[in-house]
Amino acid sequence: MLDVQHMISRYGPVTALHDASFTLEGGEALALVGTNGAGKTTLVMSIAGHVIPESGHVILDNENITEIPSHIRARRGIGLVPEGRRVFPDLTVKENLITGGYVLPRSSEQQRLNDVYDIFPRLHERANQLAGSLSGGEQQMLAFGRAIMLNPKVMLIDEISLGLMPKVINECYAVLEKLREKNISIILVDQNSDAALSFADKAIWLESGHVKWQGLARDCPLSKGSAVY
Amino acid sequence: MAYEMIVLTNMLIAILFAQSLNLITGFCGQVSLGHAAFLGIGAYTSAMLTKAGWPLAATFIPAMVVAGMIGVIVGAASLRVRHDFLAITTMGVSFLFTGIIRKQDMLGGEMGIAGIPAAYGGRVGLLLMTLCLTILFITIMIYVKRSWMGFVFESIAEDEDTAGVLGIDVRRFKLFAFVLGTAGAGLAGALYAHQVRFIGPDSFGFVESVTVLSMVIVGGIGSIWGVTIAAALLSVMPQFFQVIDDYKLLVYGLLLFFAMRFLPDGLGGLAKRFRQKRNPDRSPERSQA
Repeated sequence: MLDVQHMISRYGPVTALHDASFTLEGGEALALVGTNGAGKTTLVMSIAGHVIPESGHVILDNENITEIPSHIRARRGIGLVPEGRRVFPDLTVKENLITGGYVLPRSSEQQRLNDVYDIFPRLHERANQLAGSLSGGEQQMLAFGRAIMLNPKVMLIDEISLGLMPKVINECYAVLEKLREKNISIILVDQNSDAALSFADKAIWLESGHVKWQGLARDCPLSKGSAVY
Repeated sequence: MAYEMIVLTNMLIAILFAQSLNLITGFCGQVSLGHAAFLGIGAYTSAMLTKAGWPLAATFIPAMVVAGMIGVIVGAASLRVRHDFLAITTMGVSFLFTGIIRKQDMLGGEMGIAGIPAAYGGRVGLLLMTLCLTILFITIMIYVKRSWMGFVFESIAEDEDTAGVLGIDVRRFKLFAFVLGTAGAGLAGALYAHQVRFIGPDSFGFVESVTVLSMVIVGGIGSIWGVTIAAALLSVMPQFFQVIDDYKLLVYGLLLFFAMRFLPDGLGGLAKRFRQKRNPDRSPERSQA
């Protein structure tokens, strides 16, 4: 489904990511672990199209999308839950969700809204509330819901647990499990590497932009013991 | 009675003009410091056509189209810049417009265009026409704001990078807002030219751009009712206090400064806070206009 080949990304003269490659099938989850500045977000943003890689390819369902701008990639099925949630605070919960799925036909909008409300009943309760007035956990749910409104094939989730209570983090992982059951592939960045590695099928350990280790998540050297941070 | 009609028509034109900027700056987050140039483009287009024998109502569409087309060019050129850089780029458009007009003899040059024909029905006819068009424009804005397009505009205004990852073609929507807004300014310009019946380059300079921006800021960026009230008040004030007209740039500059420092969400935000204070138990919900 998603094939990332020899990706190298730079910010000016600084190479933030050296030669990352992996494949991901439908319903598989990949955890990206490593310290701050390791290149995890760069890899996520390169797949989403926010960072144009210097070389390498992103192939989704046998189509090379490397040169395609981010908004077209989203339409092809790349959903992103950005770091810090970044919901639109002056729009209501429902309006945020509608905005998230605006590229898809209006006829299926209510069905997709209902699907999101089924996963996150709290968003239904707060449908007419301004997103800026939600708690951090609710905003994370909204960011998930907004990405789900696009009917994504691949979900990129940057820093899923940042600033959230353990209970809310568990809820987020439960939602990821549901998405995986729907055959959505997941690429996950989490400071809590234990949680990410126990959820994911595959893992890439990045350090200073280099792939230090790659393989099955359960075999990752970081999967036992304390978190990276 | 004639004086009151002039004041009222001026007020309605100011509301229409301010709302056209509100569409660009308020709805889509693009600060423009050269909006008066598009008022001027509409005014010159309409004035030239009515002087050539066209009825005023027939000049509205050409005025909007010409202003909108130049809006496409300016908007497309401005897409790569944001925030203060966009403000400076659009400010350049304002100076460019007046600079070009001053050198064009066919547009009256420094002397401007005098003897612009009166509207059909005289002052009353123009007032009614302006009233209808202003109401129509505000109605369209309310509809846009409540539709999915309004949500898309607002998402771009708040965080265009995130809007992009949701599949929103940010460039296309920003350009669309610019075209709609500049076409609206062109319409206001057509009405303005037939209200004053004399136009010159100085009528559409940087001071006018600052004036209309202060109407939007004081009213509350993106607030339809706030901007309507602010435009109505700020357009009428110089009629009663001559000093405001004499020191326009200073007064409106100070107003902008104080509004941004002490009331950044303008009258619209003030009204929203007042409603929430009266109903503290009510969860904060979106005001529709």
